[in-house]
Amino acid sequence: MSSYSVTEPSVRQKWAAGTLVVIYALITILPLLWIIATSFKSPSDAIAYPPKTVFQPTLEGYVNLFTTRTRATEQDLKELGEPNTWYDRIVRKDGFVIAGPSRFLERFSNSMIIGFGSTVLCIVLGTAAAYAFSRFKVPLKDDLLFFILSTRMMPPIAVAIPIFLMFRSLGLNDTHAGMILLYTAVNLSLAVWLLKGFIDEIPIEYEEAALIDGYTRFQAFYKVVLPQAMTGIASTAIFCLIFAWNEYAFAVLLTSGTAQTAPPFIPTIIGVGGQDWPAVAAGATLFLVPVMIFTIVLRKHLLRGITFGAVRK
Amino acid sequence: MLDSSADRAVGETSPVVSKRSQGLSDRAIAWLFVAPSIFLLLAVNIFPLIWTVRLSFTNFRVNRPNAEVQFVGLKNYISVLTDGDIWQTMQATAHFLIWTIVLQVLIGFALAYLINKKFRGNDLWTTVIVLPMMLSPAVVGNFWTFLYQPQIGLFNYAVGYLTGTDPSAFSMIGDVSLAPWAIVIVDTWMWTPFVMLICLAGLRSIPSSIYEAAECDRASKWRQFWTITIPMVLPFLMLAVLFRGIENFKMFDLVVQLTGGGPGSITELTSINLKREAFEKWRTGYASAYAVILFVTVFGLASIYVKALNKVKQR
Repeated sequence: MSSYSVTEPSVRQKWAAGTLVVIYALITILPLLWIIATSFKSPSDAIAYPPKTVFQPTLEGYVNLFTTRTRATEQDLKELGEPNTWYDRIVRKDGFVIAGPSRFLERFSNSMIIGFGSTVLCIVLGTAAAYAFSRFKVPLKDDLLFFILSTRMMPPIAVAIPIFLMFRSLGLNDTHAGMILLYTAVNLSLAVWLLKGFIDEIPIEYEEAALIDGYTRFQAFYKVVLPQAMTGIASTAIFCLIFAWNEYAFAVLLTSGTAQTAPPFIPTIIGVGGQDWPAVAAGATLFLVPVMIFTIVLRKHLLRGITFGAVRK
Repeated sequence: MLDSSADRAVGETSPVVSKRSQGLSDRAIAWLFVAPSIFLLLAVNIFPLIWTVRLSFTNFRVNRPNAEVQFVGLKNYISVLTDGDIWQTMQATAHFLIWTIVLQVLIGFALAYLINKKFRGNDLWTTVIVLPMMLSPAVVGNFWTFLYQPQIGLFNYAVGYLTGTDPSAFSMIGDVSLAPWAIVIVDTWMWTPFVMLICLAGLRSIPSSIYEAAECDRASKWRQFWTITIPMVLPFLMLAVLFRGIENFKMFDLVVQLTGGGPGSITELTSINLKREAFEKWRTGYASAYAVILFVTVFGLASIYVKALNKVKQR
């Protein structure tokens, strides 16, 4: 520090504050580390008492997540001969044989298709609307913006009944297209509000200069505004993706088979005699880790995203 | 499609544009850009909402599509409001709402205050703290049932270790008196970082010159805290409470996975109760009336609160 300041905390204060925050951070991160650790445990290690922190890591949880298995007698196992692959070996150690793939991969790819599909649609619609709200005199602008925000206050269950009926009559129940449309509508309010904030920050002079140079309005939009709004668009897209990825209420009510996403599926993973916790943890790990990475990438824009642009640092 | 038609709309005006024709084409672009979003929201949000209102006056049941639909007037509304179970649900929601907000505000503000001391590495630790917030509540809620298991659960083990009680002697989600706290604990764990981030933005928005001036006036640190820090962070804090309030009033995924509303119906929050009426008992008309009442409640409370918030901001 160059000069003495009355507002700068003393070294001792910094140490005390730092210690308390680190203790809180370690406690708060513990359940997440526990999920990841459990995914590498054997079922017996996972339910050991006292809880095990040191254990022999195994991929059994991941194998169980991706496969369905049937119990085999020792006779059967002998007849089958030596296991061919490493995952066969893991399963046979407990007296099982692999019967086929589980539905996890399907559910996970549904999450990806619906997540990315709705994000792309949401960004296209949201950017256009946000640009118009930011740059033009739209009649009833404030009312429309408030209307867009208020759609977010509705409990999902409250509109689920008519959406269920509507989708049923349109043949959209349990389809990717239906879920993409639904998640786009849910996230659109966020996208419009966030993007409007980002576009508001781009000085209008750039476009005016482009217009004077003979660009049309539309050329000015995609050659001048879009490139400058790219950071904002990227972070908005990640927010839309995370919210679609995490959504549970609509997914559990409106999908059951073909279009079911991972969040309603992971809790239903069961093994012999109750939940197969290493497999559940493996599914959770694969599902949560990408979001953790995105959160770290987004940390500078996090506040803005979660408050719909109301707080901007 | 949208792009090309917008292009055409602009292309039609000559380069040397009079003010009036330019305004006209701008308006055309504006509508072309806004209309698809508004249309989608009308189709997927507003149309269903109007449908819900209409259904709420009928005795329609989704599982009996061929039965004759009768207009029953306000009967559904009256039976929702006179149902004793719903008031129990409201109490469960109020308990959840009040305690999560109190705990998150206290812990969140304290953390933000400490992080604002700008110790070395505060950015790194802030990022670690915010991680739970962005995760899927359903998946995380499901895993917490494992942490809450008597004896083998990490939570029970930690509590047993710290307090000396037997970790298999209590069950957070199986016990009627503990289950309401089990959901409060997980929600607080997940969402305290949200309040913390908003408070941190509030604290960082206070110019240090105000503290310097107070220091010149020999105001004590304690006094500075209550007359500068708190009033200036208050609008931010109130905004955080608004967001958490709306979100937790709608709470569904986390609690459904954690307790499923149980044991009995002690943690059955309004959304869970509503889901039961609509998708398990299939009382569509009744559930629609219930949904309308909930929506009006959220909307009404939020509007009153926003008015209060604006008053604080103006001060």
